[in-house]
Amino acid sequence: MNMVTLQDYAESMHIAWCPGCGNFGILQAFRKAMVELHLEPNRILLVSGIGQAPKLPHYTHGNVLNGLHGRAIPEASGAKLANLELTVIVIDGDGGAYGEGLNHTLAAIRRNIRMTYMVHNNQVYGLTKGQASPTSDLGFVTKTTPMGAGQPLNPLALALASDVSFLARGFAGDIDHLSSILQMAITHQGFALVDILQPCVSFNRVNTFQWYRKRVYKLDEDKSYDPTDKMKAFAKVQEWPDRIPIGLIYRQERPVYEEQFHALKELPLVKQKLDPLDFEAHLDEFM
Amino acid sequence: MATDFNFLAGGEAGQGIQSVGMILAKSLLYGGYHIFADQDYESRVRGGHNFFRVRASDREVLALSEDLDLLIALNRETIDLHKSKLKPDGMIIHDREQTQFEDHCNACLDVPLNRLAMQAAQNRLMVNTVAVGAALGLIEYKSAFLESALKKAFAKAGDKIVADNIRAALAGFDFARQHPSGQQLKPIDGAPRRMLLNGNESLSVGMLAGGCKFVAGYPMTPSSSILEYIADKSTRCNVVMVHVEDEIAAINMAIGASYAGVRSMVATSGGGFALMVEGLALAGMTETPVVIVLGQRPGPATGLPTRTEQGELWFTLHAGHGEFPRAVLAPATVAEAFVIAVKALNLAEKYQTPVLILTDHHLASSYNTVPKFDLKQVKIERGALLSDEEVSRLTDYRRHQVTDSGISPRALPSQGMALVVTDSDEHDEAGHIIEDAATRILMNEKRLRKLRGLQAEISAPMIKRMPKAELNLIGWGSSYGAIHEAIELLHKEGIAANHIHLSEIWPFPTEAVTRALNNKAKSIVIESNATAQMAILIRRETGIKVSGNILRYDGRPISPKYIIDNLKKEVS
Repeated sequence: MNMVTLQDYAESMHIAWCPGCGNFGILQAFRKAMVELHLEPNRILLVSGIGQAPKLPHYTHGNVLNGLHGRAIPEASGAKLANLELTVIVIDGDGGAYGEGLNHTLAAIRRNIRMTYMVHNNQVYGLTKGQASPTSDLGFVTKTTPMGAGQPLNPLALALASDVSFLARGFAGDIDHLSSILQMAITHQGFALVDILQPCVSFNRVNTFQWYRKRVYKLDEDKSYDPTDKMKAFAKVQEWPDRIPIGLIYRQERPVYEEQFHALKELPLVKQKLDPLDFEAHLDEFM
Repeated sequence: MATDFNFLAGGEAGQGIQSVGMILAKSLLYGGYHIFADQDYESRVRGGHNFFRVRASDREVLALSEDLDLLIALNRETIDLHKSKLKPDGMIIHDREQTQFEDHCNACLDVPLNRLAMQAAQNRLMVNTVAVGAALGLIEYKSAFLESALKKAFAKAGDKIVADNIRAALAGFDFARQHPSGQQLKPIDGAPRRMLLNGNESLSVGMLAGGCKFVAGYPMTPSSSILEYIADKSTRCNVVMVHVEDEIAAINMAIGASYAGVRSMVATSGGGFALMVEGLALAGMTETPVVIVLGQRPGPATGLPTRTEQGELWFTLHAGHGEFPRAVLAPATVAEAFVIAVKALNLAEKYQTPVLILTDHHLASSYNTVPKFDLKQVKIERGALLSDEEVSRLTDYRRHQVTDSGISPRALPSQGMALVVTDSDEHDEAGHIIEDAATRILMNEKRLRKLRGLQAEISAPMIKRMPKAELNLIGWGSSYGAIHEAIELLHKEGIAANHIHLSEIWPFPTEAVTRALNNKAKSIVIESNATAQMAILIRRETGIKVSGNILRYDGRPISPKYIIDNLKKEVS
């Protein structure tokens, strides 16, 4: 096994995030996870949508498919099914994951294709400069919601209700803890949703680093918490905003989508030979 | 005298009309006939009126005929609706108990379909099989071919079902044989074995033989049968077919799979394609090959779901935000759908851009006999895809490297050490997001340069000239057979017409079309839409204004008779 170092995941271009953005912590946690898992950049595929978070793949190293807003999940699913040897990590914001692409998020949870979904959840639209997101607090006033944002979505509860096989929450302000969550997610046999609390220093003056620091607590420090107990997990994801649990919330074993395909049993699709004559026998059906 | 015999089987949805049509068509195929068969059905599972026309000829047939020789009526409505289309010596098979049809014509054969089905197989559902048998018995066809067709059709259902169907069919056959009509359809000796398949099947076979490994789709008429066919083959042909949550997911998954290196395809209709359009632009921007099959049906919106139209030519030419190269291909016949599928896969990969295949409900669901496909002729061309060895030698890989052709060498993620980076944002050669004007111009021009190569790949229209032609009849896509036959019929009436047919539409073959229309004949464009989309495209690309149009937009397919009737109006 080659040594993988933080240098392998160094910045590949100038970073255009705001100084102090929560995304910096997430990027650091990501790099640390890659190093600890000994994953070389050429073996990983980073798929992202559109937003501030989805720029992350450009700020490190790896194969990158920076696709459309809200469509990173289907793009990643296609790539994974085409080449099962890729470690696929999808990077999105709350707008892409829980707004524009929610249908795909739920479909991916149900399918359970092996990949990790990092959702940088800052409860606001950063790229477009400060509009409400599906997870903005009730009454959050923005330029597009002068009357205040409506009832927020609880994506974690929704994921649980959809029988997600891995659900965790991280905090951009706790890099080591987030990195360990990402490592668990990436090694999980199935679809892993990691919702990441990401303070937005420009457009969200409510949910700040300080605001989160006062409220988050680590589930793994509570030895009595059993992350395989779905009903307990449901209770945990209702905790907001006075106390906010972070860490592994729920995990279960479920059949992995890609294993049902005969075509994927021996070789990844991309490595299979293409020979038109293989079809010859099937022509007789029309005769 | 050439043999040309037309059956129409009609009844309600749920009465097994499709099955009647297919068994009839297969029986005739085995007797050496050329077949063209089309289906007309409503958007419902039970009730309504469905019919299946089977045309058998001793020479190649590529279009439907509306003049009927034999009507197989499983209900009264079929008689009422289609009786007027019977030729003077045309015949009707029906069960008077069912139809209450008392018109005592010599040409009507009252077959106790229900009673015979019960006697032969103790199964009322086999009424349709009895009817096929009766139809073939009435024209003294060879029952062995009927038996072979039934064996093939019901092989998967087990021996008992096969045996019951054969008994039911022979009961009908023997009954009708006792009432000879005087008309006979004799098997053709020494005919080569042919395939009988519909446009969607032909396209699907082309996709699978052409190396398509990934399909994502959401069911929509008329393209659902492509998804179903490929799903059915997925185990034996090592293909992944994903039934996705929506068409947006379909195209984005296909793009993801293609980015990772497999040939991928989506199939939909206009409404589904409308949802895919943003993804189309993504394929253009990220230079990812993808093939999109758009089976047209009448719109706008849900339109007429089970009927046909060619109303989406302009939509496919212009769909997608921004400017990027694409190819638009529209197979003219069932046989050509196979060839076009392979070509589309190759063009998409060679030019690293989306390729659209425009078919319609008529082509998708009509059956035609074709010579057995020669798979040795299928060439898989993967363009600038780098070999593992080439990738291993790369030092500074840039996925979107600027080249004269606009085509960049293509490595795949994890193929070697090269990192494959692409972006829906404007990007530099390495694939990373940029903002500067100079790079934007460079990359935009690079992508659009691919059109030059693509243009050279587009075949000239098919052109059939007649001496002293007074007319140029121009068509595109599925109307080929109807125009071809209309020209033959016109010739018999002393009118000479050239046939100019486009099945590869974009990049537009401007030079070839200009040359083809540069004569004294009057040019008339024939198409299934209300706004003469091809005629306008020809004017836009060549400056030539055609003299007239024959349009059809009632959801029904263009037939030779429709063309001739309308041509007479157009000329007079």
